[in-house]
Amino acid sequence: MNAELTFKSGLKDVVPTLFGYIGVGLAMGIVANTSHLSVLAVLIMSLVVYAGSAQFIIISMLLAGSPVSAIILSTFLINSRMILMSMSIAQYFKKASLLDNVALGSLLTDETFALSMNKLNQTKQTLAPRWLHGANLLAYAIWAVATVIGDVLGQLITDPNQFGLDFAVVGMFIGLLYLQIITDRSKSLQTQLLVVLFVAILMTILMRFFPGNIALLIATLLGCGFGMVVTPK
Amino acid sequence: MTTYILSTILWCGLVTWLSRVIPFVLIKNLTVPKWLIEFLSFVPVAIMTAIFVESLLVYHAGHWPTVNLANLYASIPAIGAGILTKSLLAVVITGVVAMALIRLLGWA
Repeated sequence: MNAELTFKSGLKDVVPTLFGYIGVGLAMGIVANTSHLSVLAVLIMSLVVYAGSAQFIIISMLLAGSPVSAIILSTFLINSRMILMSMSIAQYFKKASLLDNVALGSLLTDETFALSMNKLNQTKQTLAPRWLHGANLLAYAIWAVATVIGDVLGQLITDPNQFGLDFAVVGMFIGLLYLQIITDRSKSLQTQLLVVLFVAILMTILMRFFPGNIALLIATLLGCGFGMVVTPK
Repeated sequence: MTTYILSTILWCGLVTWLSRVIPFVLIKNLTVPKWLIEFLSFVPVAIMTAIFVESLLVYHAGHWPTVNLANLYASIPAIGAGILTKSLLAVVITGVVAMALIRLLGWA
């Protein structure tokens, strides 16, 4: 990754994260197939909802025949972390047009958010809409294609995890977190490691009481507050 | 496709879209206070840690979470690849290959 902020470099920078989309997308398509969801339904869901973990929940709740209101609430809770990420990244696009802002927000994911945070460390803390459009659009297209292929492959492969592809998304976050810690010069290494440690311990405790997605939200909010407190003034 | 499935997809899409877009519109039109900027500056490291740790644990309602051993084992070479290469792609590929081997050898 370099300091270039063109549409083309956005396409290039997002490539390593695509394995995550492909791994999860294939798995989701396969699960959708075994849940008797048509290829068209999967495609529409991937294009309209466009959120990995939420789509897994939606499919399982549809299969269970849950009320629409309960599915919507679950989706909101799982994706509420998007509010934090969008707020965090939106500061860098205050001068961009409203249309650019809406388009960037519409296709922002955990992955392109994390990628942008890494990019900031190469570009003296600036981002350009065209760069993020490039990264977002390629990720969006790959996600839709991967979920549809997964749905079709579902008839052939029963266990996508056999190939280790389910780990692609975890691996991607390991890489992005590590790069974030070693390249973010705005915070001391010690402060960052303290936040990592605090959030890790908190997650373990919170998952005694809450499912992972809720624990994640609480741990992130408290982790940010903790970071402010331990930052040397 | 039934209307049940279609309306669920459309509603869930709307809720997700609003979660993504409203912050952009608000931040564009408001002056963000300094404390909030500082607070939000910790979102990347905090949220990525939380996502990673979530993948290492398995939730059991009413009990302590257990460790996802397969993910824990595969994480070790993946972190090693990160330290050695500082390359995102190398971390992802190392992790996937490690996971495939762990499953093949029946370690977890």
